[in-house]
Amino acid sequence: MSALWDILLAASFWAAAIRIASPLIFATMGELICERAGVLNLGIEGIMVMGAFTGWFAVYLGLPLWLGVAVAFGSGMAFGLLHGILTVPFGLSQHVVGLGITLLATAAASFTYRLALPEVTSPPRIEPFQPWPIPGLSQIPFFGEALFSQTPLTYAAFITAALVAWVLMRTPLGLAIRATGENPAAAAAQGLSVTGLRLGAVVVGSGLMAVGGAFLTLSAFSSFFFDMVNGRGWICIALVVFGAWRPGKAVLGALLFAAFDALQVRLQQTPLGAVLPYQLFLALPYLLSILALVLMSRRAEVPQALMTPYNKGER
Amino acid sequence: MRLEPIANPSALRRFGLPALALAATVIAASLLALIAGADPFATLGLILEGAAGSRFALLETLNRATPLIFTGLAVAVAFRAKLWNIGAEAQLYAGAIVTVVFGMTSWGVAWLQLPIIAALAVAAGALVLLGPVILKTRFGVDEVVTTLLLNFVMLLFVSYLVEGPMKDPAGMGWPKSVPVAKDLRLPRLIEGLRLHWGFGIALIAAVLVWLIETRTVLGYRMRAVGQNPQAARFAGIPVNRVLVQTALISGGLAALAGFSEVAGLKGHLSRDLSPGFGYTGIIVAMLALLNPLGVVLSALFVAGVFVGADSMSRAAGVPTYIADILLALSLLFMVLAISLTHRRVVWR
Repeated sequence: MSALWDILLAASFWAAAIRIASPLIFATMGELICERAGVLNLGIEGIMVMGAFTGWFAVYLGLPLWLGVAVAFGSGMAFGLLHGILTVPFGLSQHVVGLGITLLATAAASFTYRLALPEVTSPPRIEPFQPWPIPGLSQIPFFGEALFSQTPLTYAAFITAALVAWVLMRTPLGLAIRATGENPAAAAAQGLSVTGLRLGAVVVGSGLMAVGGAFLTLSAFSSFFFDMVNGRGWICIALVVFGAWRPGKAVLGALLFAAFDALQVRLQQTPLGAVLPYQLFLALPYLLSILALVLMSRRAEVPQALMTPYNKGER
Repeated sequence: MRLEPIANPSALRRFGLPALALAATVIAASLLALIAGADPFATLGLILEGAAGSRFALLETLNRATPLIFTGLAVAVAFRAKLWNIGAEAQLYAGAIVTVVFGMTSWGVAWLQLPIIAALAVAAGALVLLGPVILKTRFGVDEVVTTLLLNFVMLLFVSYLVEGPMKDPAGMGWPKSVPVAKDLRLPRLIEGLRLHWGFGIALIAAVLVWLIETRTVLGYRMRAVGQNPQAARFAGIPVNRVLVQTALISGGLAALAGFSEVAGLKGHLSRDLSPGFGYTGIIVAMLALLNPLGVVLSALFVAGVFVGADSMSRAAGVPTYIADILLALSLLFMVLAISLTHRRVVWR
């Protein structure tokens, strides 16, 4: 028990939790925007792989880190546009198109990687984002290390979440997006373009998912691996449900999830890790996500028109 | 723009659009070859030759198609009832684990033991999908995410088994399981040809699923639930029970892929037993328009693309991932083409 307290009272543990939460926050915000507009985006896993690859590749080719983030965002928007065109004006099954986009984006990233680097055995590294201790704040004991000595992309994740929350809940644009996800016919009757709003939401949301992927290569691991996203996209879909489609709650969910993830890594080093197989610890995040879905399922606040295509003039 | 339904699509529309989707895939393949610095025609030729150009190539394609028929059927059955089973990968591994557990020691009566193992494998796969479906029917938890997440849990479980309790002591440190007994390996379908009975079982399964879907009350109910669950409920169909029955069939079919791969091909369990057969099954099922007999054809097509791309890659130097791109594209093109056979785009 004292080992657990030692872990939970260390500032480095909370710093790690916030670091682990950052890519999830980007991608969860992206998925949340899509779903609030009524589109389930199962392309998230593949778009994260694509963002991880394009962001890394741009920097590997010599672009500055922030341009790498921009390239990742652009690649995510491109796949989002494809997803959006197929699911919004054409109204195809969001399940099938989303899975198709995931397969396509994952394969395209792997194809390009192999083409550009045919003979590498160990993945090349780039110089990733370095921590930016915020002057003054980073000197506060405990909180300084936990909160204010992160890399700039982590600060960007929290700023993005705040921005998404503000736009979605406090602006006319946000109201319009939410209206298309709740009652598209009523939104159209108000003179809103359901197609345009949904397309825009999927494109921007997919861009954010790709930035979440790019966090992994540009701020965490500094190389690209084929299976590095490893189900994080699916976990983000669970986080949206856990957060009841609200940005603030979704961020809390991501932090809670990341804390458990950081905890399982540290528990492996304790005597518990010598008794239990390491795979059990690695499986905890996935099992936890399923548990979260079950606990939250009772309070259904799901956008009413989620997964329902809208076709003008059809009732 | 908006979409207007077409009551009676013309033959040109019904056959032309899917043909167009196929043509678009071929054009995409040529472009990808060009990007990779290879001759497009030579690349396409090498893929065809590698998939069906020789007896060896053809048998390789049939072997690769076998697990894809099972996972394709698993997905087709589930999607028909709008049960989004994306967890065929996990169910496949459940079948594979059971096959090794009950097959590592021979009882000396293979004709009895093999069917029992197959039945247990089916039960295991069905059980793996039963969890998410009960969560769906009892708590309203979306099965897409739960089945997807279980894939990762199952793979970690397999990793634990092959590094721990089921590890082969004679495996030179490789993480693979003990082998299944010699007499429990599936026999060749035709003497002298490198094709095991798994392929035969897959064909039988396809016919059985087709019979269930077209000739039984359950098949009718699955269709009704898939088209409109509310209407089905009003019509007195026990929707939840139908979903559970569908899940048992679907999970069992995916598990047979694991049974057939272990008992027919590999002989043991390892983490790389399936290179994503569960996920590829989604493409197989969608290309077949969820028709069980069509699944056989589309599995052959998909397997041919994989096997052909493998051999082309060795000769022409275009990365094998071209196969995954082409299949994902063909899926998207085909879904769009099918949708446009029944609807017309009106620009207004």
